[in-house]
Amino acid sequence: MSKKVGVVGVGYTGFSSVTPDVSWKEIMFQAANRAYHDAGIDPRKDVDSFITCAEDYWEGFSIFDEFVPDQLGSVLRPTCTVTADGLYGLINGYMQILTGLMDIVVVEAHSKISDLLTYNDVLSFAIDPVFNRPLIDLGAHPYYIAGMEMKRYMSETGTTEEQCAEVVRKNKLNAMSNPSAGYEAKINIEDVLSSEELFAPLKRLDISPLADGCVVFVLASEEAAKKLAHDPIWIKGVGWASETSWLENKEWGRAVYAELASRQAYKMANITYPKKVIDFAEVDDKFSYKELQHLEALGLCRRGEAGKSVEEGAFDVDGVLPVNTSGGLLGVGNTLEASGLQKGLEVVLQLRKDAGGRKLPDVECGLAQSWRGVPTTSGAVAIFEV
Amino acid sequence: MTENIKKFYGEELSRKQISDGKITIVEHSPKVKYAWSCGEAMSRFLNELKEGKLIGRKCNKCNRILFPPRMFCEQCFKATNEWVYIKDTGRIMTYSISYVDTHARRIKKPILVGVIAMDGASKNMGIMHYFDEVKSDKIKIDMRVKAVWKRKEEREGAITDIKYFKPLGE
Amino acid sequence: MVKDVAVIGAGMTIFRRRLKETGKEMCFEATKMALDSAGMTLKDVDTVVMGSAPDAFDGIHMKGENLLDGAGGYHKPYMRVFTGGGTGVFAPIAGWWHVASGMSDVCLVVCEEKMSSCYPHPQSAFAHIWDPIIDRPLKPNLMWIFAMEMNRYMHAHNVSKEDIALVAVKNKKNALDHPCAQLGANITVDDVLNSEVIAWPVNLLDVSPPSDGAAAMLLVSEDVVSNHTDNPVWIEGVGWSIDSTMWTNRDLSFPQYVAKAAKMAYKMARIDNPRRQIDVVEPYDPFDYKELHHLEGLLLCDKGEAPVLTREGVTQRDGDLPCCPSGGLLGVGNPIAATMAVKTCEIYWQLSGQAGKRQVPGDPRTGVCQAWGDLMQYGSVMVMRS
Repeated sequence: MSKKVGVVGVGYTGFSSVTPDVSWKEIMFQAANRAYHDAGIDPRKDVDSFITCAEDYWEGFSIFDEFVPDQLGSVLRPTCTVTADGLYGLINGYMQILTGLMDIVVVEAHSKISDLLTYNDVLSFAIDPVFNRPLIDLGAHPYYIAGMEMKRYMSETGTTEEQCAEVVRKNKLNAMSNPSAGYEAKINIEDVLSSEELFAPLKRLDISPLADGCVVFVLASEEAAKKLAHDPIWIKGVGWASETSWLENKEWGRAVYAELASRQAYKMANITYPKKVIDFAEVDDKFSYKELQHLEALGLCRRGEAGKSVEEGAFDVDGVLPVNTSGGLLGVGNTLEASGLQKGLEVVLQLRKDAGGRKLPDVECGLAQSWRGVPTTSGAVAIFEV
Repeated sequence: MTENIKKFYGEELSRKQISDGKITIVEHSPKVKYAWSCGEAMSRFLNELKEGKLIGRKCNKCNRILFPPRMFCEQCFKATNEWVYIKDTGRIMTYSISYVDTHARRIKKPILVGVIAMDGASKNMGIMHYFDEVKSDKIKIDMRVKAVWKRKEEREGAITDIKYFKPLGE
Repeated sequence: MVKDVAVIGAGMTIFRRRLKETGKEMCFEATKMALDSAGMTLKDVDTVVMGSAPDAFDGIHMKGENLLDGAGGYHKPYMRVFTGGGTGVFAPIAGWWHVASGMSDVCLVVCEEKMSSCYPHPQSAFAHIWDPIIDRPLKPNLMWIFAMEMNRYMHAHNVSKEDIALVAVKNKKNALDHPCAQLGANITVDDVLNSEVIAWPVNLLDVSPPSDGAAAMLLVSEDVVSNHTDNPVWIEGVGWSIDSTMWTNRDLSFPQYVAKAAKMAYKMARIDNPRRQIDVVEPYDPFDYKELHHLEGLLLCDKGEAPVLTREGVTQRDGDLPCCPSGGLLGVGNPIAATMAVKTCEIYWQLSGQAGKRQVPGDPRTGVCQAWGDLMQYGSVMVMRS
């Protein structure tokens, strides 16, 4: 790509299980205001385009797009909804700037999932209505899909339940150093292994708990960033991909979407040996095994080795490849469509040396990866550098 | 299009084919339930309705009194500054006479519904509500109207604490 | 722009109240037609953009994920965008930036709506487009806001119902020449005025029907266009804009959001006198008054002048400014996002001389399409040239 696009501002609220004091509009306003302050811009004058990431049924509206502009400052401005997680929004903003039509683009993603009282039923509503939903209607929770995937992944790679539990221990510990995290804890792998078995082999603590929160990014072209006198964090490569919507046909042991998306991003970023270039990563960990499966799909460790590596401490804050220093979704909370942008946020904060007590020394290039969760096989990747 | 393409795909179904059971269908009713946090502005607004009062928020930059109230001004993109009570009278901006209900079912007695710009708030600051005590051939744009409230003990902190608006008869 | 973007193929299903095909199957049929018309296969496609409106119609949460294989998204970078009724022109705009950014050479845009799945009536899905706190307790019908907007428009410019009905007469007649049309008919102004009143001033024949249908388009970069066609149509201007959520605080007589989007698209396409420089236009016409409202928003005439142009026959297919030569939503049908077929695809077919019986005379070179959505607040506009 001829042009460079950078992140010149970020804003975010804390992540927590409930946020009864603010409406969905007010939580977006808070994060947007902080992002604009961070970037030093006035949204009513300086921003060319706004993107929000939302799905109707998470929000409880038939057309959520309607309820976006006022609290982002985007009234009578180019604004749109991407029905995917925040990294997809970031990728659209990135493309908009590359066209030359836009200089500054705002990307917003949030979760107000505490407003939804029937999460399990809505998730079931995402299952194919003809082939699979009747089975779910008989009483199977959609998370069984993750349970089956975990089983297959473990049998294909030799990964153990203990190794998956180690991911939970690590991420919840990392979250202790993240004041925004909602589910930090100091636990050991016994706590995970002895937690209630819900969707075998998935146990309660293997599953990231839901959280509310909002993240806003301000993206800018190189010229616009210069005018703002910022040292942006540059977007070096992006990728996104879907495998299939047929549960019957997907690869149960591999995260094909993450393989495809990362290849696209590495190609764009001219990265041949990702392990050599990527200093740290924030990868999707909606379920503990997903972190390991994703790391292998991203080529950040060899297939079947992620489990061993996490046991050896390779992904700890002081390991060879720190993974999910924010605490991940297991420690921060699963913010659904905001989860990808929360991962991007941690990468940006680390590269800006703004990560407080969990600051990584000498990092120059980080990767954020998202997965849209059960029952999807879609996800995105973004690579950032200083 | 028409030159290259001879056949356009799609097989039409009639209502009868479905009611006769000729079509294979799978039924599902989603169980979806929400409890939205109203937030600061709307919580106060609803609580004031319970007291029989209408309240807006003022932005000190553009000097508009926003109604319904909100904690931020969408024009200036800043936090709004103060609470301002407004009147329960206003002017009809537009209206409709509806012969269908919310599920598109025909109804016998038409619903009169419209947007009322409220007195005491800035220009065009309206809300949607019903009208009554007016014949459908007498209702007009720019007509002055006043809120008819539920009795105090019946109010529950909802927009329906106002039953409808009626002509002011000035 | 980094790359100029051309349209080289399009496809659609027939539009009907109920189609036997599932959403995926409709997507497949429209996509296959688009690929065949351009002599391409799915292998040639780099990225896929899906456009579809509320999930509540299809009855599938995150429906973009479910539709992905029908739309050719298998193992590809695939994403869905959503701007309510504005999606039919907005999704191809998103496709445009996928190519104009240099990110992909060939982007497939697929739009789908399966409104008949929503039972007993798609209106039930529309009940959830309203603000849950101030509007929904009043148990509104979607028709109300349009009736109120139509009334305000009539009041502002002293427009008669007869003048508005002329639009329905024209578009339903135009639709007689469309092979996919649901409601092509020869009707009179009296037929419209005497049709049943839904919500005054809106009568049954003022309204487009709910429909099932899908549409697809192929967008390619300047680098590869000559490999595929010698008859491309170029996308020269794009614009989109959203107005405040607080629709009861706006003057409904003029669509500011369309004017903003139009100005953005015209600036990019170097159009300074739209009335003279535009040969054919497809304004969004889910209601007959909306065509008039949008012609004014598109700055193709003064405020209140559109009814006069219509009365004088200027907007007929053989008039000076042909409007909705396809038959529009009023005549062909209104499968919300899939109206891309009668807006964006129609302008492509008109400018490439492929519109058959619907072809407007005089070799049109510049065309504009526009869509509208959300809570009467969204405008999306595209300018194309052959």
